[in-house]
Parts: sequence; structure tokens; C-alpha cells
Amino acid sequence: MRRRNRIGVRLRMLVQRGRESARLDDELGFHLERQIAENRAAGMSTEEARAAALRAFGNPALLRDQARATWGWASVESLCRDLRCCTRTLWRSPGFAAIAILVMALGIGANIALFTVVRSVLLKPLPYPDPARLITIYENDTDTTHRDPYLPIDAASFWEWQRATRSTAQMAMISPWQQYNVSAQSGQLPEQIDAAWCTWNFFSLLGVDPAYGRGFAESDDRPGAPATVMLANAFWQRRYNGDPGVVGKTIWLDAKPYTVVGVLPRWFVYSGSFGGNSVEVWTPVRHDAPPDLMRTYGDHEFLGIARLLGGATQAALVSRLQALQHRIAIDHAGPAVHNSISARSMLDDAVHNYKTPLYALLAATGCVLLIACMNVAGLLVARAAARSKEMAIRAALGGGRMRLVRERLVESFALCVAGGGVGLLLAWSALQWLVHVRHDMNRVEAIRFDSEVAAFTVGIIAMCAMFAGLVSAMGIGGRHILTHLQESSRAHSGGVARAQLRRVLLVMQVGLTVVLLVGAGLLLKSFQKLRATDIGVPVDNVLTMHFSLPEARYKTPVQQVAFFEQLIGRVRALPGVQAAGLVSTAPGEGWGGDHSMSVVEHPHVAASQEPDLMVRGAEPGYFTAIQLPLLRGRIFTADERLERAHVAVISQSAAQKIFPGEDPIGKHLHDDYGGSNYEIVGVVGDTRWWVSLPPNPTLYWPIYGNDYSFATIVIRSIGASGREVESLAMPVEKVVAGLDPDLPVSDVQTLREAIGKTTVDSEFDSVLVLAFAVIALLLAAAGLYGVLAYLVAQRTTEIGIRIALGSPRERVLWRMLGDGLRPALLGLVLGLAASAAVVKQIQSILYETQPLDPAVLAAVAGTLLAVAALACMAPAWRASRLDPMQALRTE
Amino acid sequence: MGKPSDLVQGTLDLLILKTIALEPMHGWAIARRIQQLSNEVLQVQQGSLYPALHRLEQQGWIKAKWMESETGRQAKFYSLTGAGRAQMEKESANWSRLSAAINLIVSEA
Repeated sequence: MRRRNRIGVRLRMLVQRGRESARLDDELGFHLERQIAENRAAGMSTEEARAAALRAFGNPALLRDQARATWGWASVESLCRDLRCCTRTLWRSPGFAAIAILVMALGIGANIALFTVVRSVLLKPLPYPDPARLITIYENDTDTTHRDPYLPIDAASFWEWQRATRSTAQMAMISPWQQYNVSAQSGQLPEQIDAAWCTWNFFSLLGVDPAYGRGFAESDDRPGAPATVMLANAFWQRRYNGDPGVVGKTIWLDAKPYTVVGVLPRWFVYSGSFGGNSVEVWTPVRHDAPPDLMRTYGDHEFLGIARLLGGATQAALVSRLQALQHRIAIDHAGPAVHNSISARSMLDDAVHNYKTPLYALLAATGCVLLIACMNVAGLLVARAAARSKEMAIRAALGGGRMRLVRERLVESFALCVAGGGVGLLLAWSALQWLVHVRHDMNRVEAIRFDSEVAAFTVGIIAMCAMFAGLVSAMGIGGRHILTHLQESSRAHSGGVARAQLRRVLLVMQVGLTVVLLVGAGLLLKSFQKLRATDIGVPVDNVLTMHFSLPEARYKTPVQQVAFFEQLIGRVRALPGVQAAGLVSTAPGEGWGGDHSMSVVEHPHVAASQEPDLMVRGAEPGYFTAIQLPLLRGRIFTADERLERAHVAVISQSAAQKIFPGEDPIGKHLHDDYGGSNYEIVGVVGDTRWWVSLPPNPTLYWPIYGNDYSFATIVIRSIGASGREVESLAMPVEKVVAGLDPDLPVSDVQTLREAIGKTTVDSEFDSVLVLAFAVIALLLAAAGLYGVLAYLVAQRTTEIGIRIALGSPRERVLWRMLGDGLRPALLGLVLGLAASAAVVKQIQSILYETQPLDPAVLAAVAGTLLAVAALACMAPAWRASRLDPMQALRTE
Repeated sequence: MGKPSDLVQGTLDLLILKTIALEPMHGWAIARRIQQLSNEVLQVQQGSLYPALHRLEQQGWIKAKWMESETGRQAKFYSLTGAGRAQMEKESANWSRLSAAINLIVSEA
């Protein structure tokens, strides 16, 4: 009861503080009135009575304060007062407030954004039930060490795995890099879309229920079954306007009818290290894949997905499958049969490639935040220093040290909270931008603000505020009041000591900036190397586009070849086209398939030693169009087609690898997959299939034949004509539509754009880190300028005396410049030392760039010193131009 | 609030509680009454009276009510709460024991 009363009283005192104050005044006034009345009754005059009463009463203001102090909440009240006071002072120096808030906003915003990305992409579990038990299974070839241990798998091995591990794991197989042509239907244009094959149990294994319709059933997943398809949500929204009525309807893929059985939920996007997040339709693999592919051990078109059952562990499953695959490699020996497997969690598989860059970026933003904190702390120290006299007087009058420290903390909290608010907005827009420009990134759809991000934001604001506040509060010397009072009475170089703290902060700032600059420099250099890489052919003025002939309408090779020939003939006739050709996959645009081959003239080579060649189908004009040099022999002719298409041109590296010291011309290669022999007629230069990877030995055979139903059109424009090669896209598309209005053309892009896409990661990382480094550099420069300007202001009198006594102005200039540059030099040395240790972490994302690249280090040192000198120049110059008379009078 | 109160402060609290135990009173009357009852020996300073009153109110031992005073002006009248009565008895017993002890020593010497 009493407790409740007391809480009631306390609350009243908090909530109705104003009314209670008035009542207190009233109460004390009443007392005074009674005293006056009594005095008058005792015979005093009105004046005397009043004076005597007041004398007896004491100081009414003090009395009121003492009574109020018993109400509690005194600390809250004074905190509010501090806050009001600090807002007012900040309001009075809007420039300072704006700069400090902006600096904090940049630092905090960048960190919130990166934390959100790291958490959403790397750390948040996949959105499936029990996601920790999902793993992606790859094959591995332990005989060839130079390769990535995560290789796609073959179907025949997968069926064996599935049978052998039935009790410990559920297993599904997918092939997320397929494509279909969707036919024009009800007013929609034909288009080519990314698609995936999957075993029927894939979605039930993940635990994904369709948003509409049903999932695949076992009966859908067999060769003779009616064709079925599930639509990805984005595709369904885009092409069918989110109409649930599409379930049960027929759509045409590659000119064949498919029944839509279900629509996947909006949140479902498959992401793996081989992509898959652009897949728009899913079809059952046994129905859609060629039967041969389902039976071979030598063609790797799939990935395995497993869900561990019961108490099974990943390690146990992996060792079981490794033993199994080892036996398979012995039983079905062949050049392309892999002898081992490797596995990683499905989450790791999706985000593995982003780990190093994202953590590097997070570290960079962490540095920026630290620098921002130090900068704001530096500014606060400067403000505190400017008010040191006031502080000293307050301390002398009995102002508590805690009270003064609290004032600094309140100020830094106010700045950091405001900065955090702006930073949150910045982070939000940055993330919108990121999601917009990087939809190629796995799990980018998972990026969103959640409660943990909110907690992180609050935490980071509090930490920054404590840091900046406490650093600036360290400057409050409680025991040296007199020094401060004396110091400010006569300006001598005592103020220099106050700048010591800021100098230490500055050295750390410069050090961190150097680390960031070195990181940015390395990434930029790596990116530049990547962009400058010669892929083997001139990349300018080349346009590429892709099409794929539906087998339902182009049933025979004769029909396909006829279409190819007609098409390329018409394209060549277009004005502005210098040369054009057809190839299965253009350089720099991806793997495009490989075959294992044996040399007919080398009969005694073991199966596992046989060469595995990257294979391209090409039309004779392709080599001229792409300007791939012919080194020996000849290119096959247009006549060598269909059943006479058994001729091949190999690349230089293939010639060196397979025929060292021999003439390859006239030799024969046996294709293990197709079973035919190919006569080598020529040798051409090497090309890269992926910018950052070395060229693979490649074989070209005629695209007129050899079972090609798809092609990339390569068009080289007349460069000198001044016309952009892109302007040829429209006429070429019209030519295609003129031959077959229902044939979609996809991936219309210049060769340079195609290569740009493969370097987008590198570009993104280097540009972002560079942006952070530039921010850091600006902050450090501002810090240098601030400290030196402050020193010059403090030492105005001293400098005036020096000049008056005849010190040359140049000497003053150099002296001040040296003062300012010393912390920069120290920071540079520390930063370079720290970089040496740190940059090793990003080595894996550098391309042909050493972590301790001397050119980068020199450039960083040069830039930093130049910027530092610039920042110091203005205050130093001002110092040397001082008018001694004026300086001495500024007291 | 189990704050140890020194003799003087504790005494003032006790005097206030005792004074208003009979009837609700305002600050001025409390000061007057203490002065009268102690034969003008105890002069209560306003500087300690009002903080003490407010503190006792915060602690829930006395409660305040605005009523019309004898002069017709509104004044704040304090009265004892149940908890205040218990506190008064406790402090009262405390005081008797303490003063008796002090008396013993002082009269012996």
C-alpha cells in the first residue's frame, strides 16, 4: 500500500512537475505571508515586516531547490537540462553540428548497410525448414590438382549414391543452368528463359510448398510422362500477371506443350555457387533431359542436394559417398569419370564466393567508422579546449567532475544519435541500390532490416557516442584548474599540450586511412589487370546474341543447318557489318561444354591420361569475324557439313598439350562421347572462356552438323564508320524475326559488356573500397587541417613575437608545416606496417596482383603525403603571413 | 527509505510527525506549534522544515491536501498516514531510549 502510494507520489512529481513547482511556490509564499502578518501584528511597518520576514525565511530560491531535491528525479531533470543546453549550443554552431552529424552518418550508415548484407547473405540460415541439414554435393577429381574441388556431377553416379544412402539422407539432383524458348502466346513475345531440371523430390526435400497448384509427383518424373512445369514466382508475376488461373493451363517451351502444375512461393529462390537465382521454370529431369545423359558417368550436368536424416552427419555421408565414387571410378573407368566427391552446406555453397569480399568490405567500413569516431572526438576535444576556461571556472566554483564529463557525453550522444538516424536512411538507400544493381548476387533477395540490425544500430550508436564522448572528456583535467585559468590569462604555448590528444587520434586516423588506401589500390589494380586481360581476340566493335532452335520445329540437322546458313548470309548482307559468324559459345562468355578425346595415332595412352578439350561448334566465317588468327593449316569450309563435318581446328595450347613436338595437322581425334573421329586441319590462337582464368585447350568443329541446335551470332562492325556496334542489334533481330517470328533472341550484348559482367564483382569491390578510402582520406585531411589550424590559433601570440623578433617567415611556414606533417608521417609508417599484415586476407580476390605491390604502396604514400601537405598548407601559410602587431594585440 | 538519519534530522522528523498526529496542519502552523510546545526553545528553520516535509511526503509517511486555511487562503495541510503513525511510534521509542541513555550519562557526571 505504502509502496503504491510512494510510486504514485513519485510519478506525480515526474509527470506534473510544473504544477507541483507552482504549488511549492504557493506553499512557501503562504508561509512568508503569515510571517509578514505576524510581524505587522507585532507593530512593524509594512516594509519592515516584509524585510524581517525575508530575513528569517532565508534564500527562497535555495529553499525551493532543497525541497525539490527531495522529490527525486533530480538526475533526470538535470539530464534534460544538459540535453537542452547541448542542443542549444549545437544549434548555435550549425556548421560544426552538420559536419559532425554527416561524418557520423557516413560511418554508421556504411556499417549498418554492410552489417545488414553480411547478416542477411552470409549468416542468416536458408529459409527452409531445418536448413542446417541441407548440403550440396559435388564431384571432385583428386588426380588433377589444379582444378576447383567442386565440380558438377553426372547422373549415373547420382543414382548409385541415392540407392546407397537411402537410410541416412534424402537426395535430389538439379541442373540449374538450362534454357527454354517460351513461345509467343496470347500477345506475349517469344523469349528465352533460364530454367532448371530437378528430380521430383527436390522441393519436398527442401520443404518448399507451392504457392498455387501442386509440386512434382514421382509420376511426372519419368521419360514417357506428360510434360509438366513449375513456375518461379517472379516469372509468374512478370509473364502471367500473377494469375493463379495459369495452373493447369498449357504453356509452350521449345515449341512443346507443358502443363503448369504449380507456382513456387515468392520467397523461394535457389542460389548455388553455379548460379540458379535467375531460374524461371523448373521441369522434371527424367522427362526433360536426354536419356543418354541420364545413364552416363562421363557428362557432368548436375548438382546433388541432400538432406541428412536422423542422426546422420555430413562427415559420415561424405566419407560413404567418397568410397562409393572411388569404386565407381574404377568400375566405369573413363577420362571424364571423377574419382571422389566433395560437399559443403547449402548455405556455404550459395555464399562461399561472397565471403572474402563482404568481410573485406565490412572491415573497410569498420575502419571508416573508427576514423569517423576519432574525427568527431577530435572536433569535440577542440570544442572542449575552446571552452577550457569556462570549464575551469565551473570546476573552481564546485562543478562536479562527473557533471562536466556527463555534459560531454550528452553532447556526443546527441551527435551520434542524429548521425545514426541519418546513417540509417543512408544505409536504407544504399541497400535499395545494392539490391537493384546486384541482382546477380546470390541471396540478395534475403537482404532486409530486422530486429538484429536494429539492435546493431542502437549498439553501434551507443559505442560511437561513448568513444567520442569519453575521449573528449579525457581532456577535462579536474586537478589542474589553476593551470587552465592561468594559461588562458596569457596565451603562450601551453595550449599545445591540449592538442596532444588530437595528435594521437590523428596518427591512428592516418594509419587506418593508409590501410584502406592500400586495400583500395590493390583491388583497383587487380580490377584494371582484369579489364586489360587479353582474352585472345580484339573485343571492341563486336556484338553477340544468342538463339536456340526448338527441336519440335527444327527436327532434322538439315533444317537446322539450313536456318543457320540462311541467317548468317542475311546478317552479313546488312549495312555496317564488317564480318559475322556463328559459334556455339563466344570467348569470355562461359564454359560452353567439354569432351574427352583420344588421339587415334596415340593408341597406348591410358584412359585417365586422355585430353579433355573444351569444344566449340563454329561456322567457317566465325574465325574471321572474331579475328582469331590461323597459325597453321586451314579453317574447315562451309562444305564440310553434316556427315562430312568430321574435321576440327584446335587451339595452340591444345596442339602443345596433345602433340608436343609433333605436327597436329592430319592427326585424328576420337570423341569418346559421340564416338566419331575428327581430322585436325588447322591450329588457331588461344582464347579465354572466363576473363580471370587461363585459356583452356579448345577444339572447334563445324557447327553445320555435330548436333547443334543453338548458336551465338558474332557480328563485327566496321569500326571506322563511327557507328556504334550496338546499333546493329535491331537490324539483326529483325533478320531473325523475318526467318522465324517465334524465335527469341537472348543475351544481346557487346563482347565488352559480356566481359564486364564477368568482372562485375571485382569492379564492385574495388569501387566500394575506393569510395571508403576516399572518405577516410577526406576525414583525415579535415582532421589534420583542424589540428594545425587550432595550433596556429593557440600560438598566434608566440608566432607574432617570433616574427617581431626577426624570424624569417619561411622558417615559420616550415615549422608549422612540419608540426602538422609529423602525425601524418607517423600514421603513414604505422599504416603501411599494418597493411602488410592485413592485405594477405584479400589475396584470394586479387587477380595477378601481389599483396605488397610496390607501385600501389608508393602511390598510397604519395597520395597521402600530398593530401596531408595540402591540408596543412593553409594554416601554415596563414601563420607565416601573420602581422606581428595584430597578433600581439589579439589578447 | 532505510537511510540512517542523524540525531538532529531524525529529531525534526519526529517533531513534525508528533505535531501533525493530532490534526492536519500547514507548514507555518507546524513551525509555530513546535515553537509554542517547546516553550520557544525549539526554533524550526524554514530552510529545514520544508525540505523535511517534502521528504516525509515522498517517503509516504505524511500526505498533503490543499485546504482553506484560517485566513481564508488555500494552504497545504499535512496529515499522518498509517505508515507515518507506525514510523512515529518507532522513532518515538527510539528517542526515549536514546534520551534516557544520554540523561543517565549527563546526570551522573
